[in-house]
Amino acid sequence: MTAAIAAGVLVAAGVYLLLQRGLIRVILGFVLLGHAANVVIVAAGGMRLRDAPLLSGAGTDRMADPLPQAFVLTAIVITFGLTVYLLAIARAGGDDDPPEESSDEEDPR
Amino acid sequence: MSGLLLALPVALPLLAAGTILALPGPRWLRRVVAVGAHVAVAAVGAVLLARTLGGDVVSLSVGAWPGGVSIVLAADALSALLVLVTGGLVAVCLPFAAATGDDRHRMFLPLVLTLTTGVYGAYLTADLFNLFVFIEVMLAPSYALVILGGGRERVAAGRIYLTVSLLASTAFLVGVGLVYGLTGTVNLGALAGAAAQSPAVAVAAGVVLVAMAVKAGVVPLHTWLPRVYPHTTPAVTALFSGLLTKVGVYVILRVYAVVYAGDATYRWLLVGLAAATMLVGAVGSLGERTFRAILVFGMVSHIGYMIVGPALFTDLALAAAVFYFVHHVLVKAGLLMCAGAVELTYGTGELHRLGGLVSRAPLLALVFMVGGMSLSGLPPLSGFVAKLTVIRAAVVDQQWLLAVVAALAGLFTVAAMVKIWNNVFWGHDGVGGWDDLGAPVVAAARVRPALLAPAVVLVACSVVFGLGAYPLLTAAQAAAAGLVEPAAYISAVMSP
Repeated sequence: MTAAIAAGVLVAAGVYLLLQRGLIRVILGFVLLGHAANVVIVAAGGMRLRDAPLLSGAGTDRMADPLPQAFVLTAIVITFGLTVYLLAIARAGGDDDPPEESSDEEDPR
Repeated sequence: MSGLLLALPVALPLLAAGTILALPGPRWLRRVVAVGAHVAVAAVGAVLLARTLGGDVVSLSVGAWPGGVSIVLAADALSALLVLVTGGLVAVCLPFAAATGDDRHRMFLPLVLTLTTGVYGAYLTADLFNLFVFIEVMLAPSYALVILGGGRERVAAGRIYLTVSLLASTAFLVGVGLVYGLTGTVNLGALAGAAAQSPAVAVAAGVVLVAMAVKAGVVPLHTWLPRVYPHTTPAVTALFSGLLTKVGVYVILRVYAVVYAGDATYRWLLVGLAAATMLVGAVGSLGERTFRAILVFGMVSHIGYMIVGPALFTDLALAAAVFYFVHHVLVKAGLLMCAGAVELTYGTGELHRLGGLVSRAPLLALVFMVGGMSLSGLPPLSGFVAKLTVIRAAVVDQQWLLAVVAALAGLFTVAAMVKIWNNVFWGHDGVGGWDDLGAPVVAAARVRPALLAPAVVLVACSVVFGLGAYPLLTAAQAAAAGLVEPAAYISAVMSP
């Protein structure tokens, strides 16, 4: 239940930020959404199983599922790289907001 | 031995990318390495296709873990055919990029090679999470390629592309997490039929499919596509049209065939989406005002024809979808190259500024006409066979509305091609264009042969596959048989 609530709050906050106009806020929204996805995957491995996998020698009834942890690690690396790239684009674009002519009324003709 | 072949399409482009970065030799050498890698991959694809045409599945357990645990690469006829076609397309696109000057940027070739690594990996992997990783490997260089040429408009388009793609990727990741939570596996073989048995798994895998529908440009998730592609450089548009959206279609085909086992419960939804995609894409393309934008919006329509395959899920419909897939990869890239050649030679792609190119650039006009006719579905070109088999599949299945919509969308595609033809190529005594004040400008420039040659090759393929459709149709039928009866694929994945 804790994981469900945490994912829900993260998604809600992430979507709110995504709908903002400034790219920096959008990027922060993606950071939150990425966290939500990671919480979902960790929860998919079972929240009750808390002992360290493989090394601790705990039985499979108490050992955490190592696969989702590996998934999350991969996902975190990818999200981190793309977040940095997005920030670079936000920087390269100069102003935070895209210029008026490239927004919805793109085609003046 | 045959298993190790499967690693080559992933390993070769990546090695070539590293080689090009490490050895900054003369430019021609880098180009040869890049094209050579893709020719080699296409050859591997041909060998794999020859092995799998009879219904066999080649598989490789990476790291030699036991079946069910290992990450498996597997190729059936569908994967092998797509690797072959993609390798061929990229090998033709890279000389075009050399002609347009796109590959002058030091990072262009390594980025393209990394991108294709992800594409080949996505076609060959049999593991849902591995698929996510390969798609990210494909997307990360594409983010850079979109804005490579620079310029404010391009960066703005890059922002749209990046944010939409990231959102879809996040959804994909959540979907994989949900599937794992419900079933305890992400191996496609172990997931076989899981969604048909349990509605919960169907919803979880549905999240994955929605994310892929965004990538493929299925209506109503297509809106990013016509806002991004026309602003990239011409060579990048041609490459992306044959690679990125098509991976989305492939994943939809594969996941729906294996995980859903073609469950007819969701047929109405897919039929509706296919019809809407065909129609909206074709009508939308009529409203665009530049050469390339018309072609790009038209892509949406053709994705719809491919979705008819999983929607009906018959042998005939899936074979039609695979044939359409190959036809569209080749022809659309050829036409986008025509658009790129016009833009580079005459300085604009805006329809109201162009005219009379039929006498200025007769060969270009011929190539465009043949390609446009193929895209519209006129005989004796590959587009005719593709559209005919799709409509026939709908009629055989008594989906009359789908058949009518497919024919209607074809009609709108003809109209869009005629719009381009009338504005760009026809009439005006070969004026060539107008300046801002409306005075005619006599364009002296000629289209360079190097710009045109790649398009000629691709459109010639369309003629070949139109007149001699049988071999490709046979391969498409073998691919479709593997999707309808995935038992061989599943057993190859579970015990590689």
